[in-house]
Amino acid sequence: MTKQAGLAEWLFRALCALILVFLMLPTLLILPVSFSPSTELAFPPRGLSLRWYQLFFSDPGWVDATLFSLGIAALTTVCSTVVGTMASVGLVRGRLPGRQTLEALLLAPLIVPHIIVAIAVYLQFAPLGLTGTRLGFVLIHTALAVPYVVLVVSAALQRLPPSLEMAGLNLGASRLRCFWSITMPLISPAILAGAVFSALASFDETVVSFFISGVEHQTITRKMFEDIEFNVSPVIAAASTVFVIGTVALMWLADTAKRSATRRSGA
Amino acid sequence: MAEAPRRGQLPLSLSMLLVAPLVLLLAWTFFLPIGKLLLTSVTEPSFSLDNYRRLLVEPLYRQVIIRTLWIALVCTVSALLLGYPIAALMARPGRVAVKIAVVCVMIPLWTSALIRSYAWIMLLQRKGVINSVLLGLDPAAKPLNMLYTDGAVLMAMTHVLLPFMILPIASALGSIPPDLPRAALNLGAGRVRTFFAVTLPLSLPGVFAGCLLVFVMSLGFYVTPALVGGPQTLMIATLIAEQATTLLNWPFAGAISCVLLVLSLGLTVSFKRLLRLERVVAHD
Repeated sequence: MTKQAGLAEWLFRALCALILVFLMLPTLLILPVSFSPSTELAFPPRGLSLRWYQLFFSDPGWVDATLFSLGIAALTTVCSTVVGTMASVGLVRGRLPGRQTLEALLLAPLIVPHIIVAIAVYLQFAPLGLTGTRLGFVLIHTALAVPYVVLVVSAALQRLPPSLEMAGLNLGASRLRCFWSITMPLISPAILAGAVFSALASFDETVVSFFISGVEHQTITRKMFEDIEFNVSPVIAAASTVFVIGTVALMWLADTAKRSATRRSGA
Repeated sequence: MAEAPRRGQLPLSLSMLLVAPLVLLLAWTFFLPIGKLLLTSVTEPSFSLDNYRRLLVEPLYRQVIIRTLWIALVCTVSALLLGYPIAALMARPGRVAVKIAVVCVMIPLWTSALIRSYAWIMLLQRKGVINSVLLGLDPAAKPLNMLYTDGAVLMAMTHVLLPFMILPIASALGSIPPDLPRAALNLGAGRVRTFFAVTLPLSLPGVFAGCLLVFVMSLGFYVTPALVGGPQTLMIATLIAEQATTLLNWPFAGAISCVLLVLSLGLTVSFKRLLRLERVVAHD
């Protein structure tokens, strides 16, 4: 009996290991390719070189697109965090008629396929000259990223007993002051998580950016999409490695902040 | 504070003011454009359902829809088969293996589909990794054509969507009290019987949520089919893009969008209770 269980356990572990390799394989493959010295994709690579990283950090096409996307992601993060947190407070602490319908509608951008949004937004933005502009990107990226903020912040607000805010109100603080010095510090880990999600959602957003990019300004995702379609060069692997490391660092940072916040509050 | 609302609730006017920016933003950048796109599908070129008739009558388009449903189904089943064991591993009490599994799931989840599709292209293309390894083993071997096939699309899509299957199942498995399977074991049920009689039924809400999420997402997927599938293997999303950008047939693109929207929203709304989005986003 125990022997059989042991065998099953080993089979289970082997299966899990295989699936985990499948999950990580493509990501781990990018690393050696990005260090390969030749243009030809060779595996295993013959030697090491940093030439693709050099190219990525010096080529104006890559640098401009990266900076453009980073700028949009930063603006999107600010907009969606502010707008999303406000809406969450209104939804959770307010008495809105038809609240459930409203909540469902606000989450629609998570469900509607991005290709439909891309085509529709192109038709809306093109006559107004918004395609390819910073404003256009920030508007639609905020719309697509804000549900993440609403989900995370609303959940945190629901866990927070309103009695704390009421105590503040009873002691004579204004609503704004109550929010600023009671509610916000307590839900700040959730706001931070929402901000990180929306930054990533904007930076990684591919389909809508692809359709509303102009000739002049293109996002990094549009540049990568075109490069992948026309020439699969190892410079894309170098760029991907930089972005994956950036993403992991950001998530780790958010996680650490969340942990230290929960430790402080003693929860 | 004469008319302080009960239990710290905000007055109606203030809550409306707080929600207003988001509602206006979504109305103008999201709902209005989609509404307009859907409207053109019945008003242009003439006020009729011609665009929809064309979609049903022409075999090419019918084929694309059936193909998309089929690929989404196969993706969902394979993601379930690959995802369940990992979810079971993640739901075990804290061990090193669990931490490794969490990292292996979260890193792909937050790597963009674009980068992961690129990685699959590097793996599968004619001069790609798999073929160069095969050539290294046997110099006489012919390179395999793997890219731009259904198999490639299925593999890459399953990979991209796998975390969305794993997380809801892991969350459901994690909420099963460990006493229940232990009681079954103590009462003499074998491990297999315990799994099928206790653990599996209790994890079904997570399984349904994961399947729904993966199925709906794969119906509307664009990036991976466009890059890994190439122009020959059309799916609904790539068909919409082709109609809109190369053929400039916006009303027809609107009609296909409508079908896709009805499929994804219909499924999501009818199984809304199963889909707990916050479980996927707030993975703590």
